Amino acid sequence: MNARLEAPVFDLAIVGAGPAGMAAAVEAAARGLAAVVLDEQPAPGGQIWRNIEASGGRASLGGSYAKGAAHAAAFRAAVADYRPGTLVWHVETADHEPARLWLMQGERVGQLRARRVLIAPGATERPVPVPGWTLPGAMTVGALQTLLKGAEVVPSAPVVLAGNGPLLYLTAVQLAACGARIAAVLWTAPPGAWRGAVPHLPGFLASGTWRAGLGLMRDFRALGIRVVRDVAAIEITGDGRAEAVRYRTAGGASGEIATGLVALHEGVIPATNLARAIGCEHLWDEAQAAFRPRLGPWGQTSVEGVLIAGDGGGIAGADAAPLAGRLAVLGAAHALGRLTLPERDGLAAPLRRDLDRILRGRAFIDRLYPPRLARAALPDAVVVCRCEEVTAGAVRGAVASGAQGPNQIKAFLRCGMGPCQGRFCDPTVTRLIAEARGVPEAEVGQFRLRPPVKPVPLTAFAAAGEEVA
Amino acid sequence: MNTADVIVIGGGIHGCSTALHCRLRGLSVVVVEKDHVARHASGVNAGGVRRLNRHPAEIPLAMASAALWQRIEDLVHDDCGYRQTGQIRVAEGEPGLAAIAARRRLVEGLGYSHEQWIGPEELFELVPAISRHCLGALWTADDGHADPTRTTRAFARQAAALGAEFLTPCRAGMPRRAGGGWQVPTDRGTFSGAQVVNCAGAWGGAVAAALGEPVPIEPIAPMMLVTARMAPFVDPVVASFDRMISFKQSPNGSVVIGGGWRSRAEPDANRAHVEFGELHRLIGTTLDLFPVMRGARIVRSWAGIEGAMPDAIPVIGPSMTAPGVIHAFGFSAHGFQLGPIGGAIVADLVESGATSLPIEPFSIARFAGQAWREAS
Ligand SMILES: Cc1cc2nc3c(=O)[nH]c(=O)nc-3n(C[C@H](O)[C@H](O)[C@H](O)COP(=O)(O)OP(=O)(O)OC[C@H]3O[C@@H](n4cnc5c(N)ncnc54)[C@H](O)[C@@H]3O)c2cc1C
Repeated sequence: MNARLEAPVFDLAIVGAGPAGMAAAVEAAARGLAAVVLDEQPAPGGQIWRNIEASGGRASLGGSYAKGAAHAAAFRAAVADYRPGTLVWHVETADHEPARLWLMQGERVGQLRARRVLIAPGATERPVPVPGWTLPGAMTVGALQTLLKGAEVVPSAPVVLAGNGPLLYLTAVQLAACGARIAAVLWTAPPGAWRGAVPHLPGFLASGTWRAGLGLMRDFRALGIRVVRDVAAIEITGDGRAEAVRYRTAGGASGEIATGLVALHEGVIPATNLARAIGCEHLWDEAQAAFRPRLGPWGQTSVEGVLIAGDGGGIAGADAAPLAGRLAVLGAAHALGRLTLPERDGLAAPLRRDLDRILRGRAFIDRLYPPRLARAALPDAVVVCRCEEVTAGAVRGAVASGAQGPNQIKAFLRCGMGPCQGRFCDPTVTRLIAEARGVPEAEVGQFRLRPPVKPVPLTAFAAAGEEVA
Repeated sequence: MNTADVIVIGGGIHGCSTALHCRLRGLSVVVVEKDHVARHASGVNAGGVRRLNRHPAEIPLAMASAALWQRIEDLVHDDCGYRQTGQIRVAEGEPGLAAIAARRRLVEGLGYSHEQWIGPEELFELVPAISRHCLGALWTADDGHADPTRTTRAFARQAAALGAEFLTPCRAGMPRRAGGGWQVPTDRGTFSGAQVVNCAGAWGGAVAAALGEPVPIEPIAPMMLVTARMAPFVDPVVASFDRMISFKQSPNGSVVIGGGWRSRAEPDANRAHVEFGELHRLIGTTLDLFPVMRGARIVRSWAGIEGAMPDAIPVIGPSMTAPGVIHAFGFSAHGFQLGPIGGAIVADLVESGATSLPIEPFSIARFAGQAWREAS
């Protein structure tokens, strides 16, 4: 018999239990939707509030972290079907039919169906390819933070942080509070960035986020860490592993700092892998220098029945994400006939007001902390794709021999075909093509992604037996 | 106005091979490709270079193509990643053995000897990693596999080096008669030529229909799986007479698995879906045939758009309604191996209206009027 038809059908499947996904689950429960929440992590919280329940919102990680505890508690109280440790590795869609979600739980493949799928995948760090970035000892600030929050691992050797953005300040403060030593911060935001940001200052002030921002900067200054400003280029050097970092400022000053641990960070970009594998249309966001999905007012993507909320739809932060998650659920509840139009709009009005206020503040942050190393001229020898070890020079060579877009680069060089599915090289490949062809990134586009979004063992299908067929 | 002796619609392997062979005979060529060279079936196929188990009508063409594959580097100045690893098709049970017996009678009856029976011992020696439940196989030692994108691009590059003009991305509209020849409107203006070649793959049916000879072509989307790299464990390409699978390890160690499992194709949207509910059975077969795959992880899947004819062989030959138009489309999921010879056949037809290879079975006439519906 065809067991496929028996896969349970939910009103709503929420992928991700971070700020957006948790709030969406609470809203879905309030609207009486049969919802399921799927998250790869073992516990709710997403990136920003990772491990929040077990850690009890450790004070050393700061107030913005502690806030997550209340969200997690509300989520636990409301959610009926929450499946931690569940990777959603593909979503099959067809018009006018419930979507089919392919899952990986433990060592087993599973599936379920849902009339609406809300993806709340959060953000991923912008890759910062600089010479030496692939050496052991070079990592991202996010990876360092994950160690702090999850395993509570504190690096013993002095760390150099390079890049810019609020998360860099935050990590420095968290590291110091945990007892780590920070040798220096190589700060890459150009001093002139202020001028571009000032027109957006009123919005930022109105958004209220400035309070937390100012507090963070005060805490950072109080650490008395050595900060090298206006850094325009860095290079991580070492024999087989990071041993030092060299830098050059826009003013021409240069220096070298001995360190075995360099953490890079120039902001975050939407995590779009799943949405792209589904086929959702994406567009280039110039202000954030990143691609994001094209979304309607209720988080609707270009694919029927698939919604996106939170940073995965465009970077707006942990205060905006819950609002976007709830709005998407209200839109879905109306589409499924559970709310009338006036009910939906009535419930949505205060949420949208708050969200708009926060979004107005975002433009200021975007202007103040533009990516710099991640947009700087890339030497030919730098590895762009870590899985297939493709260099910037190879990408330029392929463009010269006729590759017009990322998918041709993939076919020419296997770049982006490795297990990471292009997560580390995607923005860089698009940028290199755009530079070489002299056209905007919007025109170049991105890799076409193929499921699964993460590797799936063959035996996981066998373990599932006929249930999945 | 732009003119050429031959206007080719489609930049897959058949369009590119046609361009190359036409240039080798001194004919001027324009190739019009709506996306980019090798964007569709020709760039995403399994790369199987196979004569083993071909439709009887295709065997003479596949033989002639195999001869060109042997010297592919002379032809296109690139080795195309071609490796002569052999192809094997195993029997896993009694039905498979019966199929092998019938196949041997057919092929030997036609006077061919490229498909050899091998018993279990020889099989396990050739493919030590294969499961011991296999009972024997047919084996073509000088079949193999190649890199599809690289091959198709090599044909395009060599054709261009010899003076063929490639317009990409550039969509061709339907050909229309003009004087004694043809005009093809495109995104970059109208081109006129003495002859037009329809190498439009899954889209070839639209061109034929516009010329008044519709065919029952179906756009299909064969699906493929690829694993993370593994230590080398198998050389030949392996298929089965009992179950749908085609299995090979790439030179880089990743394992590429297909075998004709189909999903939904949307040719108008350039989209082909992957449906894991179907692939589940392919994964089961894989684990049965190669126990070493218990350690494998799928890193990618894809599907490509291909045109399938109801009798599973392509349309090759002159149009019945439009003199000066030649068709070569609908290769029904096995046209990669035929690429090198396909262009030579078309060039023969362009040059002299005839070819020495037996192409009658591929004529579009088989679908004319009621003929097809009555025969089927
Ligand atoms: C997943 C998969 C696996 C396969 N495995 C094998 C294998 O192992 N061995 C084998 O021999 N074969 C295999 N095949 C089949 C093989 O790939 C095809 O038969 C072959 O590539 C067909 O080549 P083509 O040039 O006819 O078509 P295509 O490669 O599809 O080229 C046709 C081109 O025409 C263009 N076009 C269409 N309409 C227009 C227009 N109006 N204007 C401009 N351009 C147009 C299209 O964009 C397309 O690029 C496989 C196919 C698939 C999909």
